[in-house]
Amino acid sequence: MDLLTFGVQLLNGVQYGLVLFLVASGLTLVFGILGVINLAHGAFYMLGAYLAYWIAKYTGSFWIALVGGVGISFLAGMLLENIFVRRLYGRDHLAQVLLSFGLILVIDEIRQIAFGKDVHSVAPPAFLQGSIQLTDVLSYPVYRLAICVFCLIVAAAIFYVIRQTRIGMIVRAGAENRQMTRALGIPFDKVNRYVFAVGIALAALGGIVIAPISTVFPGMGDHMLILSFVVVVLGGIGSVAGAAVGALMIGLTDTFGKVFFPTFSSFSIYLLMALVLLWRPNGILGQREV
Amino acid sequence: MTDDTLKSAFTRRTLLSGAATVGAAGLVSSFPRPAIAQGAPYKVGLMLPYTGTFAKLGQFIDQGMRLYVEQKGGKLGGRNVTFVQIDDESKPETATDNMNRLVGREKVDVVVGTVHSGVAMAMVKVARDTNTMLIIPNAGANDATGPQCAPNIFRTSFSNWQPCFPMGKVMADAGHKNVVTITWRYTAGQEMVGAFKEGFTAAGGKVVEELALPFPEVEFQALITRIATLKPDAVFSFFAGGGAVKFVKDYAAAGLNKTIPLYGAGFLTDGTLEAQGAAADGIKTTLHYADDLDNPANRAFLAAFKQKTNQDGDIYAVQGYDAGALLDIGLGGVSGDAAARDKMIAAMAAAKIDSPRGPMSFNKAHNPVQNIYLREVRNGKNAYVSVAQANVDDPARGCRMTA
Repeated sequence: MDLLTFGVQLLNGVQYGLVLFLVASGLTLVFGILGVINLAHGAFYMLGAYLAYWIAKYTGSFWIALVGGVGISFLAGMLLENIFVRRLYGRDHLAQVLLSFGLILVIDEIRQIAFGKDVHSVAPPAFLQGSIQLTDVLSYPVYRLAICVFCLIVAAAIFYVIRQTRIGMIVRAGAENRQMTRALGIPFDKVNRYVFAVGIALAALGGIVIAPISTVFPGMGDHMLILSFVVVVLGGIGSVAGAAVGALMIGLTDTFGKVFFPTFSSFSIYLLMALVLLWRPNGILGQREV
Repeated sequence: MTDDTLKSAFTRRTLLSGAATVGAAGLVSSFPRPAIAQGAPYKVGLMLPYTGTFAKLGQFIDQGMRLYVEQKGGKLGGRNVTFVQIDDESKPETATDNMNRLVGREKVDVVVGTVHSGVAMAMVKVARDTNTMLIIPNAGANDATGPQCAPNIFRTSFSNWQPCFPMGKVMADAGHKNVVTITWRYTAGQEMVGAFKEGFTAAGGKVVEELALPFPEVEFQALITRIATLKPDAVFSFFAGGGAVKFVKDYAAAGLNKTIPLYGAGFLTDGTLEAQGAAADGIKTTLHYADDLDNPANRAFLAAFKQKTNQDGDIYAVQGYDAGALLDIGLGGVSGDAAARDKMIAAMAAAKIDSPRGPMSFNKAHNPVQNIYLREVRNGKNAYVSVAQANVDDPARGCRMTA
C-alpha cells in the first residue's frame, strides 16, 4: 500500500470515527450521566434520517431539515423524559431496557405509518455536492469532508458546555454523586430533562447529517446502536472524551481491518473492545464500574 | 397480535379488495368460501413478509398471485381457491412454527413463500418432513433446488446461481479481463459471486480480488478505496435494498463510475432506482426480468397489475403471478383433484408457462429454466439491452432428483 492510499484509508477511518462519535456522544451523555440505558438511541438516529428526508422533500432545503429534525427530536426527548424516563432514574437497568425496547417498537411503527418502508435518499446542500480528485481514479466527496468538520464543531461544543459552563458543572457533579448534589440544593433534576433531550437530539442529528451519504432505510439504526454502545463502553462510560477516543479507534480499526484482514473484519472491532477491556476494565477514560 | 382466525364470507368483492387487507400484520386470516358442488375450495397458505424490510416484496408477490387467481375467476385449474395468510416477518427463528401452523392447524393444500432465504430453508425442511406442497416465489438459496430438493417443492423465481453465471460471459465479451467482486459475506452474496466467478473464469476472465463485508454493514468507503487502488477493468457486485442504494451512491460519489464500470446482479438496481437517482445511470445488471420487457404477456400483466393495485408491477409481482400460473397448471392436470398428488406434480414439472418474464419451464430439480436478460439503468428504469443467455438452467448440484 503506497503512502497516498494509506492516507486516503486513514481519512476514511477518521471520518467514520467522527461520525460514530457524533451518534455515540448522545448515548454516552444519557448512559453516563443519567445512568439510563437507552436502547432506542438507534431508533432516534433512524427517525432523524427519516425526518430529514421528509422535511427536505417538502421544503427543498437541507438546512431547514437539519434544524427542524433536531428541534422535533429535542421536543420528543423532553416529552419522553417527562412522561416515562424520569420514573426510571436509579431503577434497575432491566426496567430501562424494557422501556427503551418498547420505544424502538413504537418508533419503528410510527416510521412505518408516517414514511412507509421504502429506501430514500437526501441530497446534500448544493455547495457541498462536489468532490475532490485524490488519485487518477478516486475522488472524495466534499460532503464527507464537511461532515468531519461538522463533527469536530459539535464535539468542541459538547466539551465546552460540559467543562466550561455552569450547566456542565451541575451535570458533572450529578454524574459524580447524585445524592450529594441533591442534598446541596443543586437543581440536578431540572438539568436531567435537558440532558436526556440533548441525547435524543444528538442521535437524530447524527441521522440527519449522515442521511445524504448513508441513504435512509428502515433498519439503519440497529447496527449504529451496537456500534454506539461499543464506542461508549470502549471509551469509558460517561466520558465524552473517552467516546471521542473510542470512536476514532473503532473507525480506524474497522477501516484497516477491512483492508488488511478482510476475513476478520466482522469482529475486528469487538476484538479490540475485548482487548481494551482486559487492559482497562472501565474503558480507556472511564472511572466508574461498568 | 392474536391467533384468532378472522372469518368472513368470501365474495368476489372481498377478493378484489383483498389487496387492502394484505397489510394485516401477523394475523392469520382466512376467507372460507361457501362450499359449492365440487367440494371444499383449494386452500393456499401465503407465508410472506407483510412487515419489515421485505414487506413491499411480500405485498407484491401476494398481489401478483391474487391477480392471477382473479383473472381465472377466483379459480385455479377450475377449482375454487381460498387464501390464508401469515406474516413471516423475515425471521428465520419463527419460520418453523409459522410453517407448522399453516400445515397443521390451517391444513392448507399448498404453501406459497417466501422472500428471505433463511426462512425459506426452514419452510423447505417442514415441507419435506410433512410432504406439503411448497412453491417458493422468491428466495434464491441454491440449496432449495439443490441438496434439499424434493418432488413437492417448486420455485417460480430463480436460484442465486442463475442471474449471475451469464454475467461472466457478458463482462468477458465487453473486454473486461481483470475484475473485482464485492458483496456481503453471507450465503446469498457468496452464491451469487461464486456463480459469476464460475461464468467469468470459464469465459477467460480473472477475478483479481473478492471483497466482502459483514452483512448488513453499509460502510463501504474502505473497500471503495481498495477498488481504486486495484484499478480493475470492472467491478461485479451484489447488494440489495438499503445497502444497494448506498453502495451505488458511494461508488458514484468516489468518481469510480467514470473509469471502472459497475456491473451487478439485478437486485442492485431493482426497487431502488428512485433513491439511487443519477448515481445508478449506466449500471448494467443481469436478471430474469426487465421493466420494459416487450412481450404480450408482460404488457398485459403490467396493465392488469397497474389497474388492480395502482402500482407498477415488478419482478416480485411476476414471481407471485407465476406461482398462480404453476398451480393452475397443476390443478388443471388433475381436474382440481389435489389428492392425485403424483399426477399433479408431473403436470407442474412439465409446465410451459408464457410468463411476463418470457418462456419458463422447470428443470428436474423444479427450478425454473428461463432467460436471463442484460439490463442497463436509463432514466430511472432497468431498460432491456439483450438476452444475456437464453434458457438458463441451474446445475442443481447435489439434487438427487436430477440423477
